[in-house]
Amino acid sequence: MDKTVPDLAAALADIADGMTLMIGGFGGAGAPIELIHALIDRFRATGSPTNLTIVNNNAGNGRIGIAAMIDAGMVAKMICSFPRSADPRAFTEKYLAGQIELELVPQGTLAERIRAGGAGIPAFYTPTSYGTDLAKGKPEAEFDGRMYVQERWLKADVALIKAELADRQGNLTYRKAARNFSPLMAAAAGLTVVQATRVVEPGAIDPEQVITPGLFVNRIVEIADAQQEEALMRAGVAYS
Amino acid sequence: MSNKLSNAQIAWRAAQDIENEAYVNLGIGFPEMVAKFQPPGRQAIFHTENGILNFGESPPEGEEDWDLINAGKKAVTLKPGAAFFHHADSFAMVRGGHLDVAILGAYEVAENGDLANWSTGPKGVPAVGGAMDLVHGAKRVAVITDHVTKHGQPKLVKRCSLPLTGVGCVTRIYTSLAVIDIVDQRFVLREKLAGLSLEELQVVTGAELVIAGDIADLVAPEI
Repeated sequence: MDKTVPDLAAALADIADGMTLMIGGFGGAGAPIELIHALIDRFRATGSPTNLTIVNNNAGNGRIGIAAMIDAGMVAKMICSFPRSADPRAFTEKYLAGQIELELVPQGTLAERIRAGGAGIPAFYTPTSYGTDLAKGKPEAEFDGRMYVQERWLKADVALIKAELADRQGNLTYRKAARNFSPLMAAAAGLTVVQATRVVEPGAIDPEQVITPGLFVNRIVEIADAQQEEALMRAGVAYS
Repeated sequence: MSNKLSNAQIAWRAAQDIENEAYVNLGIGFPEMVAKFQPPGRQAIFHTENGILNFGESPPEGEEDWDLINAGKKAVTLKPGAAFFHHADSFAMVRGGHLDVAILGAYEVAENGDLANWSTGPKGVPAVGGAMDLVHGAKRVAVITDHVTKHGQPKLVKRCSLPLTGVGCVTRIYTSLAVIDIVDQRFVLREKLAGLSLEELQVVTGAELVIAGDIADLVAPEI
């Protein structure tokens, strides 16, 4: 078995208009910048993919990564917990102009909805958001004397993930706090595409250290000198 | 002594109630300051939503690793015994009630324990982050806040007027003037600044202050 593909274009093949994409990362940690920028390149060259729904904790920062996708006009809807950042212009301008939809989800509920999507659990109950505006219209129920809100699973057509190590069968490790949503998203998408800083042979990752088992991964592209979103931000880089 | 505590002094006072080896989440911004004021001999273990337990202070400028950040996207360091985990595990710690203390900021706190700290209304871009999860996540949910708004209006109120973060979730409030517990949907006064009369404190508080037992002086060092 060998899930590696030769380049970013091959990794991103089949991503089509109107799809839902989960993109790993929390702020800059774990953001798969090369995958995102290659998708923007394809959009500029072909006009596709567009009308995308993006799932991420945030809604982009500066003029790179998800913010650059929004700037380019590829994104119809964001599902996120915190659409603010050091430089939230890209999302804010489109949101206030009514050009992008926002589904605001509490961070833990977002994580659990994605987890449930990957685990085949269509809905669950959480105390989070009970009695608040974000619970409006959702079923509520009492369990053992306390009130809970029903939340539904979240699934995606594609997940874009940044890993540290990947073996050819798709077993992954992550670097420090760059892990965040990625293991959940890898399980919740129909097609999981990974950019790994280093691709190794099966057996080279100690099975005890595997964080995402290869079953959840479909394609791997090696990006040895992967860029870090926060470092790009601080260097003033713009991709839009 | 000045006529109210500074933010640093409020954070200091809140830090005095954190037990040794407690698992603690500090909200983004002002509450992060609490970590600096742990009493000697005590060492809490700090949790951040994005998947770290037992992180420490920011590294010196130029030594940041941007894959090692807290929920406020600030660079942090690790202490011995630190652990990484994914977001579902992180919020299992939160929602599962495994944290001992969460300390959050507030726009308003009501006497029934309701908290409003995520939205000031329909204008602009709404953002909630982990606040709605955290208020259900800890054995103690404490708020640190100025006692009144910039315009002098009470932040401790009978019922919140701003969009709620959580219902009946706050257990203790540390303000620039007082320490107040929420017991049976009432504000119970525990400490107040020595130079402040009960009447003066009540005037700037939006619901009745209940006296149950001795009121201690609220004292914090000059910081």
